[in-house]
Parts: sequence; structure tokens; C-alpha cells
Amino acid sequence: MKLTRTPNRPFLFLTVLLLLALVAVLAVACQNQAEQNAQPEIAGATEDINAIAEARGLTPADIAAAVKTYTPSGMHDEYYEFASGGQSGQVYVIGLPSMRILKQIAVFTPEPWQGFGYGERGTLAVLAQGGETVYGEPLTWADTHHPALSETDGDYDGDFLFINDKANARVAVIDLRDFEVKQIVKNPITLSDHGGTFVTPDTDYIVEGGQYAMPLGFGYSSIENYEADYRGMITFWKFDRAAGRIDVAQSFAIELPPYWQDLCDSGKGPSEGWIFCNSLNTEMATGGVELGNPPFESGASQRDMDYLHVFDLEKAKAVYAAGNFDLINEFPVISLETATAEGLLHFVPEPKSPHGVDVTPDGEFMVVAGKLDPHVTIFSFDKLQAAIAAGTSETDTFGVPVLDFDAVMEAQVELGLGPLHTQFDDKGYAYTSLFLDSAVARWSLGGSADELNEDPPWTLVTKTPVQYNIGHLSTAEGDTVNPDGKYLVAMNKWAVDRFLPVGPLLPQNFQLLDISGTGTDMPVIYDMALPDGEPHYAQIIKADKIEAWEVYPEVGWDPHTQAVNPDAPLQGEERIEREGNEVHVYMTAIRSHFTPERVEIKKGDHVVWHITNVERALDATHGFTIPSYNIHVSIEPGETVSFEFDALDDGVFSYYCTEFCSALHLEMMGYMLVSPEE
Amino acid sequence: MSAFKRFVGPRAPAAADEKQQVAFRLPNILLGVAAVLLLVSMFLPYWKMTLHAPQYPSGLSVEVFVNRMTGDVAEIDGLNHYIGMRPLGEAAQLERAVSMVAVAFLVLLVLAAVYVHSPWAALLALPAILWPFIFIADMYYWMRHFGLNLDPTAPLSSSIKPFVPPILGSGMVGQFETVATFQIGLWLAFLAVGLIVAGLYYQRRAYKPLAA
Repeated sequence: MKLTRTPNRPFLFLTVLLLLALVAVLAVACQNQAEQNAQPEIAGATEDINAIAEARGLTPADIAAAVKTYTPSGMHDEYYEFASGGQSGQVYVIGLPSMRILKQIAVFTPEPWQGFGYGERGTLAVLAQGGETVYGEPLTWADTHHPALSETDGDYDGDFLFINDKANARVAVIDLRDFEVKQIVKNPITLSDHGGTFVTPDTDYIVEGGQYAMPLGFGYSSIENYEADYRGMITFWKFDRAAGRIDVAQSFAIELPPYWQDLCDSGKGPSEGWIFCNSLNTEMATGGVELGNPPFESGASQRDMDYLHVFDLEKAKAVYAAGNFDLINEFPVISLETATAEGLLHFVPEPKSPHGVDVTPDGEFMVVAGKLDPHVTIFSFDKLQAAIAAGTSETDTFGVPVLDFDAVMEAQVELGLGPLHTQFDDKGYAYTSLFLDSAVARWSLGGSADELNEDPPWTLVTKTPVQYNIGHLSTAEGDTVNPDGKYLVAMNKWAVDRFLPVGPLLPQNFQLLDISGTGTDMPVIYDMALPDGEPHYAQIIKADKIEAWEVYPEVGWDPHTQAVNPDAPLQGEERIEREGNEVHVYMTAIRSHFTPERVEIKKGDHVVWHITNVERALDATHGFTIPSYNIHVSIEPGETVSFEFDALDDGVFSYYCTEFCSALHLEMMGYMLVSPEE
Repeated sequence: MSAFKRFVGPRAPAAADEKQQVAFRLPNILLGVAAVLLLVSMFLPYWKMTLHAPQYPSGLSVEVFVNRMTGDVAEIDGLNHYIGMRPLGEAAQLERAVSMVAVAFLVLLVLAAVYVHSPWAALLALPAILWPFIFIADMYYWMRHFGLNLDPTAPLSSSIKPFVPPILGSGMVGQFETVATFQIGLWLAFLAVGLIVAGLYYQRRAYKPLAA
């Protein structure tokens, strides 16, 4: 009987097991539920907030602005803004909407915290790429102007950032995995740029337009020969995305008349493959106010029209590929004569001395801001194509065909005084900075963007005053094929009374505007003082597009090759090797010691010192300095750095970790003992 | 009856009815599933310790498999050097070296017990029954050994006295809260133990009357 009864039991047993498992799962689930329910409700506390607001003199609009921008501890910003650092020669990384500075990226100028240019060989090599002063020393000063994020299909992809140096005509490449500069290229034919950097929609080329005309190739020619010998230029730097570097050997320039080329933009969508640059001083004024001539400011402002430069990049590439160029300082330059003969350059008259030219998101229109004219002038790409196809008999002094203004112009919108730069949103609006009015204008686009809002096309909608003298403005992804709207940053040149006084040199004032509304709703919601150079342009990218490394991918990483350095010192392999008078130190750093802690060398030795930070923890950075040698490096987790010096003086030198890394940070030091025997 | 026949015990009768067939198959299924669970457990974590401290908002953790450790081992070693604890990789080196073969052998013994229908089957399955307890005991031995044998010259030896980290549950070391938990591999091993015990029980139920 037993035998027949048992078969039912095992199922009972399994059922009990299953039930127990179910109970366990339910218990865990309920616990989670209980934890969620335990969260306190957001307290109303309206009276308290009102009391605080009253005490601080805040209006309801102020409170709304605070709530829109306040970013509590641990909450990340929604956007990165990359702003040029102006005279600082660097790039600023700012979080939006909090407007907190997240990083200063050292680019053209030594920066001690990052150990950029203070002995570390890789950073010195990057600085050296940027060329030398007339004294033969590395150029360490730059006037950074226009950052450009790399693009794929006309949209930011978050991989690279480029920026130009107006003062010395240079372009830098920054890798957005580690936010470090990897390359600087110096323009080989001229000294001054402004129309850079702008990328083509897939970042095949980085555009660097010139500014002040001069004899190409750095030669001398009397200013009396201005028209004959002085020239402008535009350079197309080929970008090798896989290498993360500009390929100088595949790059070329086009010689231009000695007008002062100004800002540029790349076509996109239907206008992809075309490049547009403004110009001023088509008068070819040569100054000399001290001689009784009109100063540049008026001499360069005499004509009613200057020329929008229109480049057919596809044709230019073909001309370059065919070898139809001259070499200036061994750099290929398509002559003005060839450019004209091959039809890769056309001029369109534009109201005098404009500043920005900005292509609309749909790629159909080029918006030229008047600067000395209260209008923005909108040119149609379709009309431009028709005008080019129809041909023209009119040329400028140098034989460049000049198209008919009325044939290419689509609309003009009167915005106010001093329009400079235009960006776009997702609702069919354009935003233009008004320098003299100190305001941001919102106006409606026509064409395909017309249906995105209810305002009639090509109409001024509203203006918001900003404080003060706005230069560039930047909207979220506002120069891509797919702008986000939402935020606008007004980059104001003057702060005047906005902040506590700090002496005669005042900070810049970045103002955040909420442009998520329509019509007249466009309030300023934050003022941010930026006390380090005068930024020009900035670009704003959605934070989730950037995939920044937390630590370097592997221990022994060389950021300048973005690969493991085969000679990187690793744990257990620390050593000091001597070969004649050359001493190699292979050192590791980990909380809280360097290995080795004693480095004994002789006076007169040439020392090459390598340090690997073998840490893998987020933020476990070490610094390193040897006093009296002006050496300071930052060694981020996984990174290997190298520096070298001649031990000229005997003595005892205490090296130490300069980044407060741990509770025993002060103990993280060692002695370099330089004995007097040679 | 030969010694071998006594060892393997009686065979299931061929012409049993359906209920009897279930009775004879059930222990095989239970032991077979137990063997599979043990086999699978070799590739899953058995034990995990998570460390929480203010400067590590997402915590640090180490997961122990039968033959390896994964997770923030290097970082934990780096922190442990302040209190003079030896690197985790130095613990249980022999055990980790032989464990895969050993567990595979346990699995084979359990499978052998499927075919042995005498009380000897229990002996064959005994190592597998003891296995999770051996694992825990060995873990405890090494935790105790490492925790109690701190380098007295370590920087923090004056403030962190030798201690035994909890093998299950939470404890505090310096600013670190440690939370130790059993992981899926160990739970599978425990489940296998339950299935083996049940399998042996029903095996005896089915075959004892035949042997009598």
C-alpha cells in the first residue's frame, strides 16, 4: 500500500518548494514597494518659500527661473555647452541649465592643473605642433573663437571638438572621450583666421576661413601693394575620423581677394557640399589714420555691399585632386585665378560688413546678419543655384563672378540694431543676437519651417533684453539639422553692473534664456560670470551624446596615441635604468605611495621619468611635481606620463603627489637625491 | 548475490504499472536535476561582498565563483593595504585551482547514485550534499585567516584591529559598511542538496521493498 501512496508525495514536495519560492519573491517585491511608498511627499511649504523670496527680494519670475535652473547635488545637467575661452586659449565645458563650469580644457595654452605644458612630453609635443614664436619658443597664447562639434549627417555626434585660434591661424582637435587636446595644426600660409572652425555635415572637412589679408606665405610686401600682393584665404582641413587627427597631407586652401573674410558656415541637406563665408573690407582699405587716411573702421565701411563668398566644395575637391594648385610653403593652394576659372567661387552682394552667416536647419536658406544694417538678409539656396546656372557678366576687381543680389535674396527681416549671429530651434524660429540693442530677437522662418509655428514667415516675434552687448548666441544643437530649442545662451561681452565689483577688468556674462515657449515668452533665467577670457562662440549638445571615459580604458594608457604605451611602467616592474648619463625612471603611483620612493642620480644626468597611475577607481587622480624644475603632471587613473630634464644641480629634491588623493596623501612623496659626483 | 550486485542494488522491474514507473523514475529525475544544478552553479557566483562608503556612491563589490573572483578586486586590494590585509588573490589558491574538477567529480558521483539503488547511493551523494557547507566553511576559514592576520606595520593598523568579516549579513570596517550575501550559485547548490536528499529518500522508498 505504501508503494501506491508515494507517487503523489513528490508533487506535494515540489509544490511546497514552489510555494516557498513564491513567498520569497513576494516578500522581496513587497519590501521594494514599501520602500517606494516610504518616500516623503514633496512638501508644499508655500509660505516658507514666500518668506524667503520676500526676504531676498525675489519676484515670482525669479522663483520660476530658480526652479528651472537649480540642479540639486547629484543631478546631472541636461546639456553640455562647449564655449571658447577667448584670450585664455582654452575651451570651457559648462553644464546646462545649471550653468556650472565642469571643466576647462587646456588647448593652446599651458594649464598647470591638467599638467598641460609643464614638462609632460605628450602635451609639450602638442603645443610644439602649434608652431613657434619669432624667438623660437613654442607659441603658448591663443585667441580661441569658434568651437565646432563633430557631426554625422549634419547632427552632433559627440566624438570630437575643434576650435580655432584667431591670433595665429591655428586649429585644434579635442577628443571627447577624455576631453583632451590631441592635435594642433598651424595654418602654413597665413597668420590670421576667423571663419573657423566649421565642419561639413559628416566632418569630412574642417573649415578655417581667414580674416586679415596679408601676403600668403608670411612674406613682406609694402602696404602700398595691398591689392597686388595681399590675399585672403580659406583652408579645408581633411579630418581623419578613425585616426582622430587632421590629415594635413589631404588638406588644401583657396586663395581669395584681400577682403577680410569673416564667419563661415557649411551647407547641409540640399546645400551640403557648399560653404558660405561673409566678408568685410571689400573696399580694400589700408588704414593709416595717423597719415590722415580714414581709419579702418570707416575705410572698411564705405560700400553699401560686401560679398558673401560661396564655395562649391565638391568642385574645389576635384580641382585639388586633379593637382590644379600651387604650393605655398609646401601647402597646396588653389589660386584665385583657378578658382574663378573652374567656377568654384561666386560672390553674392550682402549688406555691408555683416558678421554671421548661418544656414537654416533645412539647409534651404543662408541667414546673413547685418551688423551695420538692422536687417537679417535671407538668401535662398535654390535661387543661388539658379543664379549660378544662369551665369553673370558682373565680376569684382579680381574677376570673381558677382551674382545679382535680388535674384538670390529671399527675404529681409528688420530686427533691430547690430544683428550679429543667428541660431535656430525646433519650432521654426530663428534667434539673432543684437549687439547694439543688447537683445535677443526671435523671428519666424519661412520655407519648410513656416508650418512649425503660427507666426507668419520672416517676421520678428519678440525681443528679450540681455545684459549687455551680446556677441554670439547659442541654442541647444542650434546649428544642426535637428535643433532642440529649449535653451539659449547669450554670450554677453559686457557685464557692467551684473555682479559684485572686482576692479576694472570685469567678467563676461553668460545669460541663459528659456526658449521652450513661443511668442513673447523668452525669459532670462540665469546669469553666469565667466572670469577667464572673452568667449566668442559656443555649441550646446545633449549630454547623452557624449561618451566620456570614466578612467582610461587600460593601465599604461598614453592619451596622445589613445593606446597602451608598451614601455609604461606597471606594478612590480618599477625600476631605475642607467645607460651612461641617461637615467630612465619607471615609476607607479597608487594610493598612497610612489614606487620607487628614492631616486638616486648624479649631477649632470639626463633623466627621463615615466609614471603610471595604476588606479582603476573613478577620480583617483594623482599629481606629481619636482620642485625647482617647473615640472607638474596630472596622472589620471590608468594614464602613463613621461617627462625629462637635466639634473643640473646636486641636492635633495622632495617630489610628491599634488592631488589630495587619500588620507595618507601627505605621505605620498619621495626623495630625488642628486649626488655631486659626476 | 555478488558484492557488486549488493552495491548497485535491485533493478526496477520491467512490467510495473504506470504509478510504479513514476515511483522508480522520480528519484532519477530528482538526482539528475540536482546534478545539472550543481554543474550550472560552477559558472555562477556563489558569494558576494559589497562595500559602501561615502566616496564610492555606487559601492565596491567582489563576487566569488568556485574558481575565481570578479568585481572591484584591485580597488578593494588597494584599500585593504591600508589595514594590512593581504591581496584577495592570495586566498584559497589551491581550492580555486582544483574546484572545477572537484565539482565536476561531485556531479559524476551524483549521477552514479542514479544507478546505485542500495544504501551506498547515499555515500556517493554525500560529498555533493556537503559541498555548499564545505564552500561556506572554507570561505569562513579564509575570511578569518585574512581578517585576523593583518600586517601590524600597515598605515591604519592602530585604528583597525584584526577582525572577522561577516560571511553573511553586514558589518563595518572603517568608513565601509560591508554587506555579504549568498549568490545564485550557492543557492543552486543548496537546492541541489534538497533534491538529492529527496531523491535518495524516494529511491529508498521505491527500491527497499524490492531488496527485501
